[in-house]
Amino acid sequence: MPQPHILMCSPKHFDIVYEINPWMSRQRRANPVLAMEQWRALEQMLLECGAKISLVAPQPDLPDLVFTANAAIVFQNTAVLAHFRHSQRQGEEQHFAARLGEAGFQVQTLPRTDLFFEGAGDALFCGDTLFAGYRMRSDALAHQLIGEMLGVRVLPLELIDPYYYHLDTCFCPLTPDAALIYPPAFDTYGRRVLRESISQLIEVLPEEARRFACNAVVVGRTVITNVGCPKLHASLRESGFEPRETPLEEFMKAGGSAKCLTLRLDGEDAANWKAGLS
Amino acid sequence: MHLLEEPSMSQDTHGSSSDSAPFREVAEVSGHIIDSLILPKILDAIKAAGGSFQILKIDVGQNLADPSFARIEVRADTEEKLGKIIKTISAHGATPVLKQDCRLRPVDVEGAFPESFYATTNQRTEIRVDGEWILVDDQEMDCGIVFDAVQNRARCLPMCEAVLGQSVVVGHAGVRVTPHERNTQSAGFEFMNSAVSTEKPKGAAVREIARSLFSIRRAGGKILLVGGPAIVHTGSGEYLSWLIRNGYLHRLFAGNALAVHDIEQAMFGTSLGVRLDSGGIVEAGHEHHLRAINRLRRIGGIRPAVEQGLLTSGIMYECVKNNIDYVLAGSIRDDGPLPDVVTDALEAQSLMRAGTRDIDFCLMIATTLHSIAVGNLLPAWVKVVCVDINPSTVIKLNDRGSFQTTGLVTDVEPFLRALVEELKLLEAAP
Repeated sequence: MPQPHILMCSPKHFDIVYEINPWMSRQRRANPVLAMEQWRALEQMLLECGAKISLVAPQPDLPDLVFTANAAIVFQNTAVLAHFRHSQRQGEEQHFAARLGEAGFQVQTLPRTDLFFEGAGDALFCGDTLFAGYRMRSDALAHQLIGEMLGVRVLPLELIDPYYYHLDTCFCPLTPDAALIYPPAFDTYGRRVLRESISQLIEVLPEEARRFACNAVVVGRTVITNVGCPKLHASLRESGFEPRETPLEEFMKAGGSAKCLTLRLDGEDAANWKAGLS
Repeated sequence: MHLLEEPSMSQDTHGSSSDSAPFREVAEVSGHIIDSLILPKILDAIKAAGGSFQILKIDVGQNLADPSFARIEVRADTEEKLGKIIKTISAHGATPVLKQDCRLRPVDVEGAFPESFYATTNQRTEIRVDGEWILVDDQEMDCGIVFDAVQNRARCLPMCEAVLGQSVVVGHAGVRVTPHERNTQSAGFEFMNSAVSTEKPKGAAVREIARSLFSIRRAGGKILLVGGPAIVHTGSGEYLSWLIRNGYLHRLFAGNALAVHDIEQAMFGTSLGVRLDSGGIVEAGHEHHLRAINRLRRIGGIRPAVEQGLLTSGIMYECVKNNIDYVLAGSIRDDGPLPDVVTDALEAQSLMRAGTRDIDFCLMIATTLHSIAVGNLLPAWVKVVCVDINPSTVIKLNDRGSFQTTGLVTDVEPFLRALVEELKLLEAAP
């Protein structure tokens, strides 16, 4: 297996200075020392999994730049750049574009600037299909355009719970035919689509979904989550995965966790194109 | 791509909205709308909000990666409800057709349009570019629309004239058609929808046509006549000559035959060998039209024949004398033909196209194929009167979308005689 390659951003400027999701409150600012400690522990765990880590330079006025998952959707040599719904995050786009270009990607943008799309936060491959979350942050129409640009099947899923505003907070592909899912974050259509499209769905309980259990980083059989998801870890072990946990509460204050802090540059393991299956 | 054209799938909710719901908007959605359940979800959302819908078109992708496409007409009984529904379904990726710019694709094969080009109607059409609506010039049915970004101009273009690199409108998004008002109840551009009666009173219709010609002449408008040889055979040539001399005709489209028999009559007093004054058959009269054609071919055409005194009367003579442009379009059964006849069908079509752009009124008399050809070229707002002894000509014209046609099923001679009489009355009126 080629070395997994992950893009991260140091939390040097991470903080809660605006509120753009229900997790955020300016009354609960980040503890910079603790945040740095937690981020380094995650980085260390990924290195232990054999991953290569690339970094995007932190920027003073962009506290959420640390959430690299939102930079783009990666497909082979192409990265379709995010266009953030909230102006507070739109400044991140140029830094991600520059860094991804530097990393050798052909960086593309959506053909329409009136549509929003928040990268791998809302678009995850499982098998041949790109599952795409919409309504909260990304637009369904943007996903259709990405499907056309990449020539892949896109199944848009409506997100209905503001606490699970990105697809990667309630859904996590593990392999081309297995995924974690928190069903109440989806409407009945979305749940049915997921059930009909993915053969093995591991359901996450509400209390663990709130601990960002679905916001997991998958490297091979290793699944890394925030602490406090024991039932999920038991299920994962039962299914032959190796769950690991690391405390990420500082980032939960901003509505993110393990997965949000990473962007898999060589493609997620659950993507068939990555495994050479498509 | 599997194509289900116009399947007319429709769904009405119980009670509030129905087929008669007055507020309607067309929206499009594409992508993996079937397996993602986006399409059923949109349709459910329309119903849940008290609206109804009709699926106007659906293309279902065959392979896993192929997107599907649906065009849906959303209906509601109030404008507010319609707006709410459109807002709801927009969140699922459906886009109102009129809120998008049109999609343009370059011509990649000379003389052909890109796949899924927008096929025009004869109705007033606009396209949306960068949020602005642009009126399409040279409106004509069965064409494509090309957009010139430099001049910011859109126009209809027949596919055979497509040039590499031209931008052509594809799909229905960003295209707005305003149906021309019509007398019948049904609306829109449609085929197989005509009503022609042989039992309508003719007098009133002829008077109405005369009034139209009279007022167009007074306003400086342009009148086109598309005519068949029966005009000459029935002895009506003199009425046409009168119309030309008195400024009621400004352009003439016909075939070889009308000109040939008109010239035969001028030279020999016969049409297809039949004496027009007595109706008697003349010895060797069947040769007259060939001899007439031959003389014209020897002298080089109608204009030289008039200028050199060989042709001294008749419709074609009056055309030359009164500077009336004419297009004589050839066919494979033509004798001769006359040197003036354009035998390349595309060239003839293109000359006729150019000759219809400034026309305000069109009289089609006793010709089926030329009438249909010209009907195809005219925009819906040009009034057309079609006079034929055979009702099927008028029906055919209507069935091909030229529904602005008023049909008059009658013999040509009494029609033209009555028309000239009515015009003389109008001229004599104080």
